[in-house]
Amino acid sequence: MVASVETLKTVEDVSGGDYKYGFVTDIDSEFAPKGLNTDIVRFISAKKGEPDWLLDWRLRAFEMWQRSAAEEPSWANVKYAPIDFQDAYYYAAPKQAEAPKSLDEVDPELLETYEKLGIPLKEQEMLAGVAVDAVFDSVSVATTFKKKLHEVGVIFCPISEAVRDHPELVRKYLGSVVPVADNFYATLNSAVFSDGSFVYIPKGVRCPMELSTYFRINAAETGQFERTLIVADEGSYVSYLEGCTAPMRSEHQLHAAVVELVALEDAEIRYATVQNWYPGDAEGRGGIYNFVTKRGACRGARSRISWTQVETGSAITWKYPSVILQGDDSVGEFYSVALTANHQQADTGTKMIHIGRNTRSTVISKGISAGHGQQTYRGLVRVQGGADQARNYTQCDSLLIGDKCGGHTVPYIEVRNHKARVEHEATTSKIDDDQLFYCRQRGLSDEEAVSLIVNGFCKEVMQKLPMEFAVEAQKLLGISLEGAVG
Amino acid sequence: MLEIKNLHATVDGKDILRGVDLTINAGEVHAIMGPNGSGKSTLSYALAGREGYEVTDGEVIYDGRDLLAMAAEERAQAGVFLAFQYPVEIPGVAMSTFLRTAVNAMRRARGEDELDAIKFLKLARAKMAELEMDEKFLGRAVNVGFSGGEKKRNEVFQMAMLDPRFAVLDETDSGLDIDALKIVADGVNALRGPDRAMLVITHYQRLLDYIVPDRVHVLAKGRIVKSGGRELALELEANGYAEFDSAA
Repeated sequence: MVASVETLKTVEDVSGGDYKYGFVTDIDSEFAPKGLNTDIVRFISAKKGEPDWLLDWRLRAFEMWQRSAAEEPSWANVKYAPIDFQDAYYYAAPKQAEAPKSLDEVDPELLETYEKLGIPLKEQEMLAGVAVDAVFDSVSVATTFKKKLHEVGVIFCPISEAVRDHPELVRKYLGSVVPVADNFYATLNSAVFSDGSFVYIPKGVRCPMELSTYFRINAAETGQFERTLIVADEGSYVSYLEGCTAPMRSEHQLHAAVVELVALEDAEIRYATVQNWYPGDAEGRGGIYNFVTKRGACRGARSRISWTQVETGSAITWKYPSVILQGDDSVGEFYSVALTANHQQADTGTKMIHIGRNTRSTVISKGISAGHGQQTYRGLVRVQGGADQARNYTQCDSLLIGDKCGGHTVPYIEVRNHKARVEHEATTSKIDDDQLFYCRQRGLSDEEAVSLIVNGFCKEVMQKLPMEFAVEAQKLLGISLEGAVG
Repeated sequence: MLEIKNLHATVDGKDILRGVDLTINAGEVHAIMGPNGSGKSTLSYALAGREGYEVTDGEVIYDGRDLLAMAAEERAQAGVFLAFQYPVEIPGVAMSTFLRTAVNAMRRARGEDELDAIKFLKLARAKMAELEMDEKFLGRAVNVGFSGGEKKRNEVFQMAMLDPRFAVLDETDSGLDIDALKIVADGVNALRGPDRAMLVITHYQRLLDYIVPDRVHVLAKGRIVKSGGRELALELEANGYAEFDSAA
C-alpha cells in the first residue's frame, strides 16, 4: 500500500542547470497504490474523510471518464506519446501523525522546501499582505494568515477542509462552472482531485490581502489533480495568485487541475498564475504535462473576472482560462505571456462567452517561442443572441527567437448578435540581428538584449500582475530564455 | 588611441575593405568621406564588431588592445560607440529602460556602481536639455515612430549618456534638416575633448561646416586614397568623387 520516496528514481544527470526549483524533498510519503480504479477513488475520498455525496460525485465522474477513455482530446496542436493512466500514482502525501493545527506543527522539512522555493511560510517572514496555501503533492500542508482573514469573514482553506467545514458552499458551487462532463481531463480531475484551495469572500467584503496558493509536485510518477474553487459574493473583491514548481525528472508527470471562479453581482476576482512547472531538459526529456481547465462565471450584473498568466514551465501546456459573461455589464479579461523554449509545446488561449447585455471582454496574448518551442494561441469569442452591445477586443502577438520554433494563431469568432463589436488583431515578429547588434553596441550581452526585448514585448501583460509577482515573473522569463540565443 | 593597419573585410564573401590604414589620436576628430559603396559603413561595422562583417586581414589596435579580438559588447564597454546610420526600432522597450540598462552595463564593466532610477533620470534630463529634447522621449519605445531627425538626435543623446572614448558617427547628417543638423552638431562638438576621439563618416561636406575635423580622408573602393586637412572636404564638394572612382 505504501511506498517510500527513497525507492523513487530521480534524474541522475541533469544537463540543463537553469531550472532552480528542480530539487527533491526527502520526506516520507504515503501513496495510494499505482493505477486508477474505483478503489483508488474510494481511497482518496476516505483519506479526506469525505461525505457520501462527494464520494458519489467522484464515482459518477470516474464512470464517465472510463466511458470516455477512448476520447482523449487530440485536437490541440501538441505532440506526445500516449499517456498510460494506469502507470501513475493518484495520491501522495507527506506522512504526518495528524494534520498540523498551526504552522508550528508543520514538518520542518516542508517549511524548508518552501523556503528554498522563495515562499517562507512563517508569518513573520512573509511578504506582508499575502496569505499562502501550500499544496504539496496531493495535500495542503499549510495555510497562513487564516485567523486574520477569518476576522473579516473570508474563508481561505484547503478544499478538503472546506468540504468538512462549509459543505453547503462547496456543494452549491463545485462543478457549477466546470461540469463533471466538461472534458476528458476535467472529468478525470473530478474523480481523483486531491487538494487545492477554497476561497469564499462574503458580501461586500474587500479581501484585505492577496491570497496565494503554491503548488509543488514532489513525489515521482505522481499526478497532481488539484481543484480550486473561488466564490466572490455580491460586491466583494479578491486578488488571488498561484505559483507552481516541480523537481527535474526524466519521465513526464501529469498535472490536470480544475479551477472554478464564481463572481456574483458587482463582485470582482483577479486571478494570476505564474506557472513554472519543470519544462523538461534541453532535449525534451521529462517535464510536466499541464492539462488544465480554468473557467470563471460572471454570474451577476457588473461582475468582473480577470485572468493573468505567465507560463514559462511545463513540457506541454494545454489550457484556456475562460470567462462566461452571464450578468449584464459584466467584464472578462485575459492577459497572457507564454514562453516555449527548447522542446516545450503550448496550446493555450481563452474563451470569452458573451451571454448578458453590454458585456465586455479583453484578450491580450503574448507568445514567445525559442529553440524548438511550438506555440499555438487558440481563442474563442462567442456572442450569444441576447448579448446586445457586447464588445470584445483581442490582440495576440507572437515573438520568435531563432528559426526552429513556431508560433500559430487560431481564433474562433462566433457572433450571433448584430449589435456586437468584435475586434481581432494579431502580429508575428522576430528578434532580429539588427536589434541584437544595436543592443550589444550599447554594451548589453546577447542574453541581456533578448531579455530586454522580451520584457518589452510582454510589458502590457506584466503590468497586470500584482507587484510582488511582477519582478519574480520578469526574472523567470530571463532565466527561461538563457541559452535561447546563438 | 586607434590604429587601423591594412584592414581587409568581406561581406557575404565580397571584398569591401581592401587595406585601410588610419591612425587617430586622442583629442582628434577625423572625417571619412567617399562615394556610395566605397566601404564607409562596412568600416564602421567592422570597428564595432558586427557579425557578418568578416575581417580577413590586418589589425586594429585600440588603447593598446586588439580590438578585433573583442566581442561587440566588450568593445562598447571599452568605450567604442557607434552612432547608427539607421537606428533600430525596439517595440515595447522604453528609452529610459533601454538606456539605463546600457549605462549600467557599461558601469558594471568598469567596476562602478550602477545608477539608480533617480540618479539616472537626473543625468538624462541634463543631457536632454543640452540637445533640446523633450523629456517625453524617455517614455517612448526605442526609435519606434521617431522621425528621421529624432532618431539621429537620439543617437547623439545616447552617445552623451554613455560617454565613450572613441565614437564613430555613421552618416549622422543624413535625413536632417538644417536646424536639426545644427543641434546634432552642437551636441557632438560639446563632446569633443582631449581624451576623446571621433570618426565622422559622411557623404556630404555640409556636416563638416559644423563639426570641423582635424583630418579628412577619402575612402574609395575600400582604401583611403587621399588624406588632408579641412580644405580637402571643400575640394571634394567642388569637384565630386569622380576623380577617385576612376583612379582606384
